[in-house]
Amino acid sequence: MRRLLASVLLAGGVAVAGCRKPPGTSANSNEIVIGEYASLTGSTATFGTSCDKGVELALDEANAAGGINGKKIRIVVEDDESKQEEAVNAVQKLISRDNVCAVLGEVASSRSLAAGTVCQKSKIPMLSPASTNPRVTQEGDYIFRACFTDDFQGMINGRFAIDQGWKKVAVMTEVSSDYSQGLTAAFRGTYDKSGQVIKSESYREDDRDYKAQLEDIKTDSPDAVFLPGYYTNVNLILNQAHQLGLNVPFFGGDGWDSPETVKNPDASGNYYSDHYSADDPNPQTQKFVQAYRAKYNNETPDAMAVLGYDAARVMFDAIKRAGSTNPAAIRDALAQTKDFPGASGSITIGPDRNAQKPIVILQVESGKANVVQKYSPSGEKEPLK
Amino acid sequence: MQQLAQELVIGLSVGATYALIALGYTMVYGVLRLINFAHGDVYMVGAVIGYYLAVAAMRASQPLWVTLPLAFVGAVVGCTILGFAIEFFAYRPLRNRPRLVSLITAIGVSLLLESIAQLEPVFGPTPRRYPERSVEFLGAPITGGPNAPAFVHRALTYVIITRTDVLTLALTLALMAVLTYVVLGTRTGLALRAVSFRFDTASLMGIKTDRIISFTFMFGSALAAVAGVLDGIRYDVRPLMGILIGLKAFVAAVLGGIGSIPGAVVGGLLMGLIETCVKGYLPSQYTGYADAAAFVLLILILLVKPTGLFGRYAPEKV
Repeated sequence: MRRLLASVLLAGGVAVAGCRKPPGTSANSNEIVIGEYASLTGSTATFGTSCDKGVELALDEANAAGGINGKKIRIVVEDDESKQEEAVNAVQKLISRDNVCAVLGEVASSRSLAAGTVCQKSKIPMLSPASTNPRVTQEGDYIFRACFTDDFQGMINGRFAIDQGWKKVAVMTEVSSDYSQGLTAAFRGTYDKSGQVIKSESYREDDRDYKAQLEDIKTDSPDAVFLPGYYTNVNLILNQAHQLGLNVPFFGGDGWDSPETVKNPDASGNYYSDHYSADDPNPQTQKFVQAYRAKYNNETPDAMAVLGYDAARVMFDAIKRAGSTNPAAIRDALAQTKDFPGASGSITIGPDRNAQKPIVILQVESGKANVVQKYSPSGEKEPLK
Repeated sequence: MQQLAQELVIGLSVGATYALIALGYTMVYGVLRLINFAHGDVYMVGAVIGYYLAVAAMRASQPLWVTLPLAFVGAVVGCTILGFAIEFFAYRPLRNRPRLVSLITAIGVSLLLESIAQLEPVFGPTPRRYPERSVEFLGAPITGGPNAPAFVHRALTYVIITRTDVLTLALTLALMAVLTYVVLGTRTGLALRAVSFRFDTASLMGIKTDRIISFTFMFGSALAAVAGVLDGIRYDVRPLMGILIGLKAFVAAVLGGIGSIPGAVVGGLLMGLIETCVKGYLPSQYTGYADAAAFVLLILILLVKPTGLFGRYAPEKV
């Protein structure tokens, strides 16, 4: 997802094997072969498996409806074990061994960046379902994403804080995370125009006691605290804030998205921005939620699942419009995606190859996350219904 | 003023766990001149054992006064056995080899414990929290009670002290007292001091050095287990939770003068206070670098007093 764990280590890894056959042609010319690499095991296994389930649902539906232009779709899935170097290997395998015409993946920005270099060099279009780091699509003209960026999310959080009438806000950033720092920078870019950041604290990912900083924030009594972090840190911070009696609203980004956050009693009343809500009455969303529950044992799809589903469908749509499995043609078709009715909202691919999509603000309340606000891609408030 | 008082409470509470772990480092070093790098992971194992027992007790709908002591006692028993096993299987066979061999083995044991804990059937990489009720109970601030005088109430809204803060500090001081008594007031303690003073001579005097060394590891591990359960309830349980805190506790032991029992406790508390004050008072954009600042301060102290605060100058015997 949104994180760059370390600098991209692939100097030696990008030697791409020459293709024997033109890409996209498989032994069986009656099928279209797409590659997918995902973290099915390892430290972010829940992200990868959720995303993969969404992709699989989209694949089943597309093939049941007759495939693309009369051809069946086949997706070759490679597990990258949540490792950057494995992501590079996986994509090389998909391109040189399976001759895929396009690639889906990854959730983590660090791995999308690593593997994106390979796709760009081989000129195979890659569509990331959920990597939000701005640098991912700056890799080159073959790299796309089907979700919004950290910059957009930070900007919306700033807009939201202004809309809530919060005049003085404290910020608590994770120093070692591009995701957290990116969100803070974008947040301040918007918020500083009409509000005041009275305190900016920071913490490290492996910190476990945040009371010193929280006490420092408490002495300044802000209206709210912006906390762009990942859910494990966020939940500890919310618990400790509660213990110290720092009872102001906290708000953050999609890193909060986890069952842990929703069921944490101290998270109640706080806000976070996210890609979608399973309770959104939008018919596209509800159709997807129903289908997902039917296929996966009544499980409610999380953000990664819906992003995987949407990314796969955007890809199928592009291949259909391209009318061939020529990677360059698919690239052009992807770039022209406009108002695609995704389950997480309408998707348009912008000139920077990032999806322009609506965003929702959720509020945690007694074991549930409810939509309280929706913003359009240009940052305007949208009606909820 | 209010902030300073609050930061001091937080610092003492955080430092008390460092102190508990530092005691284990200091004991083993005092006897064997070995830095037991697996010690931080014993702390993690303690948290894991306590977690499973607490969950099981809650599932059997036991009240809190059963659940919490069960978690502590279970973790202590489990880690005492683990401490014995680590020494018996990993360090004892290498006792007469160069010290570097034991040091590398210690790193190996540490990695082994971390890897086992990361296996899904054992614990898995995802952080987990103790049952909500125990977290809520220990995380609650203490209040004066209905009959307490008004100034107590006022003080306790001025500075918030949670039950965990009190329990951590009380347990640390009590266990330090027990340890001091054992070392200074019992025959085992006498033997322990003899082994620590001259290893070979002690064994010539008929002291069963193996038994003393086992005892040292078991006692140190029991202290780490207590710290593990305390932190598990206060924060959460994760397989790599012992790495950073193990490092900090080791530094605390060095700061206090490695080999010294009061030194370990004072060093631990001092580390907690320094760290908290740096986080609370450094210009706010630097708070994430509190650990770095704490370690810099450590270097400065050691430059002035190389043996640590309570350490004695010990010339290398040739």
